[in-house]
Amino acid sequence: MEIKLWINGKKITDNVEPDMPMLEFLRDKGCYSVKRGCETSGCGLCTVWLDGKPILSCTVPLMRANGRHITTLEGLQEEAAEFGAFLADEGAEQCGFCNPGFIMNVLAMARELDAPSEEDIKEYLSGNLCRCTGYMGQLRAVKKYIEHKKGARSDD
Amino acid sequence: MLRCNDYVFAISPEEAYELNQKRNNVIIGGNGWLKMGKRQWNTAIDISGLGLDNIEENSEKFDIGAMVSLRDIELHKGLNSYTKGAVKESLRHIVGTQFRNTVTVGGSIYGRFGFSDVLSMFIVMDSYVKLHKGGIVPLHEFAKMPYDNDLLLGITVKKTPLKIAYSSFRNQSTDFPVLTCAVAIGEDKITTAIGARPSKADIRTDSIDVLKDIENYARKTARSFNYESNMRASGEYREHIAEVLIKRTIEKTEVHYGN
Ligand SMILES: Cc1cc2nc3c(=O)[nH]c(=O)nc-3n(C[C@H](O)[C@H](O)[C@H](O)COP(=O)(O)OP(=O)(O)OC[C@H]3O[C@@H](n4cnc5c(N)ncnc54)[C@H](O)[C@@H]3O)c2cc1C
Ligand code: FES
Ligand code: FES
Repeated sequence: MEIKLWINGKKITDNVEPDMPMLEFLRDKGCYSVKRGCETSGCGLCTVWLDGKPILSCTVPLMRANGRHITTLEGLQEEAAEFGAFLADEGAEQCGFCNPGFIMNVLAMARELDAPSEEDIKEYLSGNLCRCTGYMGQLRAVKKYIEHKKGARSDD
Repeated sequence: MLRCNDYVFAISPEEAYELNQKRNNVIIGGNGWLKMGKRQWNTAIDISGLGLDNIEENSEKFDIGAMVSLRDIELHKGLNSYTKGAVKESLRHIVGTQFRNTVTVGGSIYGRFGFSDVLSMFIVMDSYVKLHKGGIVPLHEFAKMPYDNDLLLGITVKKTPLKIAYSSFRNQSTDFPVLTCAVAIGEDKITTAIGARPSKADIRTDSIDVLKDIENYARKTARSFNYESNMRASGEYREHIAEVLIKRTIEKTEVHYGN
């Protein structure tokens, strides 16, 4: 089937199998940040944005993205590096496998929620699993990043 | 993974309905549940172009399209003000934000899953499903109907004055619930739903006189349902939790709405 869509702002036209998963399609297109960590929509590793909203690319049928915009971590390099520095400062990561999906959801949260409390943060990110850590480093990094963004906004 | 030979964007409810009459074709909601199956479908019927992704509110009711995501319902101001946050409480524990952006209320209600927080929440309200062929059916009746090949267009919730609250019990956050409980108290009646027993949510309706002795009501109502064991909990444990949740959920209505 023919599909036309934008990946990180770049228009792509292709011919795909009708049941091609969005996740495998994105990897075929070189977006190797997008990973599969489970078979049950439960891990969040495959998080990308569809028209700006965080969704699971293992679950949304690829054909549903026809005519729409997908954003992956590859398209958010600057913001990802900015938040990544906070993760590194807190020594939050071990193997790093969960990192791309986690960053995609943190960046979505930073856009969607104004001044999230610790509870709001935990709730928003509860669909991102990490098998190595206890989430404490990530939580510190997220809180500091949100503070930093707030500061940057009030400086404007 | 969803496996199909063909993928069709239906251009009218009639077309989606007609396609869905073939046994090897399937309507796709958010694909959350479908993707867990191993079946090879012939045609996947995509209904995302039918304009079923809006919540409309007026002074009497909410009309929620079948393709509205659980996340959009969770964030809806009108629904949460009518239920004093109960709707959000029923949805926020389901897997994660990205998942709730992905899955739909139509798939959740059509599925009538035993563990469904969504069914447990909506079944105590004055809710109706709108079916392409079957017309408008009260949700508590739809919950008991056999699965057929109709197309669910949406759900209507009437703004009947009710005090509504929701609770669920999970062994671990974001896991399937061990038990769900929703309560709606009207002018003269109280309706309580218990779901994930692990069979699907069912309701009991009584006169509000029972609220004179909440402990007794909670015990009797909890006992009136059947419970079974599965990997999450035993039936006995569920029955015990049910009594506690009913009591607490009634207390929540008092805290959220006042007496
Ligand atoms: C891992 C996992 C954990 C979950 N945990 C919970 C939980 O804790 N609590 C909870 O309440 N739910 C939970 N769910 C269920 C979830 O919330 C959704 O209810 C479920 O995914 C179905 O919604 P969907 O949009 O994905 O539907 P789909 O999977 O696309 O469809 C489900 C069924 O409904 C049919 N269908 C879909 N839309 C229509 C329509 N408009 N008309 C007719 N038929 C239709 C499909 O053909 C299919 O048979 C979980 C699901 C998964 C996969
Ligand atoms: S791969 Fe685990 S949620 Fe998508
Ligand atoms: S750091 Fe290894 S999974 Fe998160």
